[in-house]
Amino acid sequence: MSNLLTRKLSPSKVGLAIAAPLAAAIFSLVVSSIAVIVSKKSPVEAFKTMWEYGTEAGSLMEIINTATPYYIAAIAIAVTFRAGLFNIGVEGQLRLGALFSCYIGAMFVLPPVLHVAAVFIVAMTFGGLWAAIAAYLKVKRGVNEVISTIMLNSLAGGLSAYLLSKHFALIEEGSNNLQTKQLPASAQVPDLMPLLRKLGVQDQPGGGVYGMFFVAVALGFIFWFVVNRTRFGFELRASGLNPIAARVSGVNSKKMTFIALVISGAIAGLSGLPEVLGQTHSYNLGFRAGIGFSAIAVALLGRNSAGGMAISALLFGFLEVSSRSLELIDIAPETYVIMQGSILLSSVVAYEVVRRFKLTLQSNELAKVVQA
Amino acid sequence: MSVAVELRHISKRFPGVIANKDVSLKVETGTVHALVGENGAGKSTVMKILYGMQRPDSGEILVNGQVVNFKTPNDAIDAGIGMVHQHFMLADNFTVLENIILGSEPQHGGTIDFTSARKKVVEMAEQYGLDIDPDVLVEELGVGQRQRVEILKVLFRGARILIFDEPTAVLVPQEVDDLFQALEGLRAQGMALIFISHKLDEVLRVADQVTVVRQGSTVAEVKSKDVTARQLAELMVGSELPKPSTLGHTRREEITLSLKGVSVPTTTGSRDLLANISFDLHAGEVIGIAGVEGNGQAELVEAIMGLRDYTGSIQFNGSSIDELSVADRHDLGIGLIPEDRQRQSLMMNSPLWENRILGHQRSKPVMRGFVIDKKATIESTRTIMDEFDVRAPGPDTLAAALSGGNQQKFIVGREMSKAPALLVASHPTRGVDVGAQGAIWDVLRKAREKGMAIVLISADLEELIGMSDRLLVMLRGAITAELDPAKTTPEQLGSAMTGAA
Repeated sequence: MSNLLTRKLSPSKVGLAIAAPLAAAIFSLVVSSIAVIVSKKSPVEAFKTMWEYGTEAGSLMEIINTATPYYIAAIAIAVTFRAGLFNIGVEGQLRLGALFSCYIGAMFVLPPVLHVAAVFIVAMTFGGLWAAIAAYLKVKRGVNEVISTIMLNSLAGGLSAYLLSKHFALIEEGSNNLQTKQLPASAQVPDLMPLLRKLGVQDQPGGGVYGMFFVAVALGFIFWFVVNRTRFGFELRASGLNPIAARVSGVNSKKMTFIALVISGAIAGLSGLPEVLGQTHSYNLGFRAGIGFSAIAVALLGRNSAGGMAISALLFGFLEVSSRSLELIDIAPETYVIMQGSILLSSVVAYEVVRRFKLTLQSNELAKVVQA
Repeated sequence: MSVAVELRHISKRFPGVIANKDVSLKVETGTVHALVGENGAGKSTVMKILYGMQRPDSGEILVNGQVVNFKTPNDAIDAGIGMVHQHFMLADNFTVLENIILGSEPQHGGTIDFTSARKKVVEMAEQYGLDIDPDVLVEELGVGQRQRVEILKVLFRGARILIFDEPTAVLVPQEVDDLFQALEGLRAQGMALIFISHKLDEVLRVADQVTVVRQGSTVAEVKSKDVTARQLAELMVGSELPKPSTLGHTRREEITLSLKGVSVPTTTGSRDLLANISFDLHAGEVIGIAGVEGNGQAELVEAIMGLRDYTGSIQFNGSSIDELSVADRHDLGIGLIPEDRQRQSLMMNSPLWENRILGHQRSKPVMRGFVIDKKATIESTRTIMDEFDVRAPGPDTLAAALSGGNQQKFIVGREMSKAPALLVASHPTRGVDVGAQGAIWDVLRKAREKGMAIVLISADLEELIGMSDRLLVMLRGAITAELDPAKTTPEQLGSAMTGAA
């Protein structure tokens, strides 16, 4: 009898796990279809075009390159989410991290791996320091970290522009782009294309996969392990799930708040690096903006879990890259913003519905046990 | 007197569970009828069926002699049944009047007819003795007054049969008196009142008739003047009640906990929250802290656990712990059963095995170095669930799915699993049913015999007297009396607590 019961239960558990993302995907397909129909185009054709373009080898590489910084930045945000905090300041932290690592990293030459490690440390230090301002204000003065990190974003934008134009940039003849000195080869992270070639992948125009991809994967594993399997991670989650109970059970909440924000900032510092170490090799005016904000959505959609955020980072990358093809059939590529938005909204709702359903299911199961 | 509402042989099954079996209930007009039973006995299902929230599988419901068939609560409301919920459903930023008419606004040519609504509400308030200002914002009201608004809201919809779901759970004693006075007024007006509660002394005070629910069935109907609280409780559990008592003295020579001049100043500058508390607690001894809630008990617990700054000194097993953090104190072997289990001691949306770690995240068996030993934790959780009879499917069950009593048993089990030398127990049996209460007392007794020292804080005077070796009475943050429980009655203790003795 009990055997029957467990066999019956497991498919429903699996069903529950898939239900939320599936419902969210269907809802967002419907919403974006409506958007396409309103502009008098065929949604089927739009999705087909996106799928075909997005699954080409060159696009896939670009999707991974787009997703890599999103993923690292989302991990940074998830660290604070899990502790019941919200670091909106990733955008500023990663910008300063990227700027200083390029500036300082170009000052010296070290053996290849060591040099990259040094650049990482510089990026993490500046990202962490920038976040530490918000952490200090929160712990010592009770300033809400959402407010302070938003303001620190503006400050970081202004500060980086000032430092770049007045102090860090090399002036090139005949160019009005401002950029820092090129990083020496030892500080550059090699592209994965040679490796992919060996695996039989053919060269694509403009193709290539940032070496930082591996760093992102490794960070994902570390994040999963630390959060779910260590004492520190447990105390971090406890602080987020029930701060009062955490304090009663011996978690120093101020220390936890400070550490979580600084670690978040340090990881955020890394998220600006895939492009500068893999492609531009310097910080310039064209530095990609908005990673820190998109990453908030990636973290939310991925439920702050390592696996979930990986999927949502890739999904965001896919939508962003493949939507460019919409121009070919005369649809505004910005349609992908509608898709991202509706996926995010519907998934938040769907997860909550599933959570409540699960609780009811458990309560019923419980009633059986109690009555028995 | 006529019968206002009657349930005949109601049964209700949920998949795999029988929630109600042959429930019969007869409530007369102009009476207060109490429905009592342990947590999970099926009281709330009876109520939900009567209020149209759930439909019975068999049996019938009669209102004023007519068989009715409720599909939704609206049908029940139309039949004159109203429910005063335990958790209020009021809009804070609306006035009392707006809240009362919300959802059934009297119309006057497309606009709300506030004039007639106000007239009706004022009349009603006067008629039933539910005095309230209709124009004040609900957010400015206290709990007792909010409840009054809920009652008026139900009456405004024309209810003649009122269901009160644990109405005193959220009230302070003074407000309880006011509520009972209001119930008296409603009864005098010929209303039929159904009073759901597990506080037996209150039931006996307010009810005319009592129906007892046990394991989903109604097992007895008695007149409240014919029974004692103890008899009612025994009807509820179906057996004799456990008694809080400890046998003989197990007190040992060594002093486990020693407080010297411990004070907690207030931030507002008035009198100290905790004033110059000193006592020695020996191994194998239980010290009971008696006092009306809010007289420094919570601060005392927080000082011992290191959750609050204090002056003076606290020693544990002979050495000062004043400089130690909360975590260090846990590690030394001080266990805590906090007063508010859900807020202070559980992660409600996490599985039990993760909750097992809370407060123990620096010690075996749940940790191996800095890493969680998931397998050992689950094993240990299962052991606790077996030993302490925590009724739940397994360690993966979310804490939120458990009933209050089972949550409490789990917390007690978790704290006892590390065999603390000192247990600070705040209301260890509050809100748990009598069966679980007996089990928790048993555990504490056995641990005491083995030399555990206990600081017991409770609002249950019988528990305090029965379980303690010594009683300290706290009033306004200070210890005002020390009593020998063997020579103290609950009445004497009660008056000592209010400072009358």
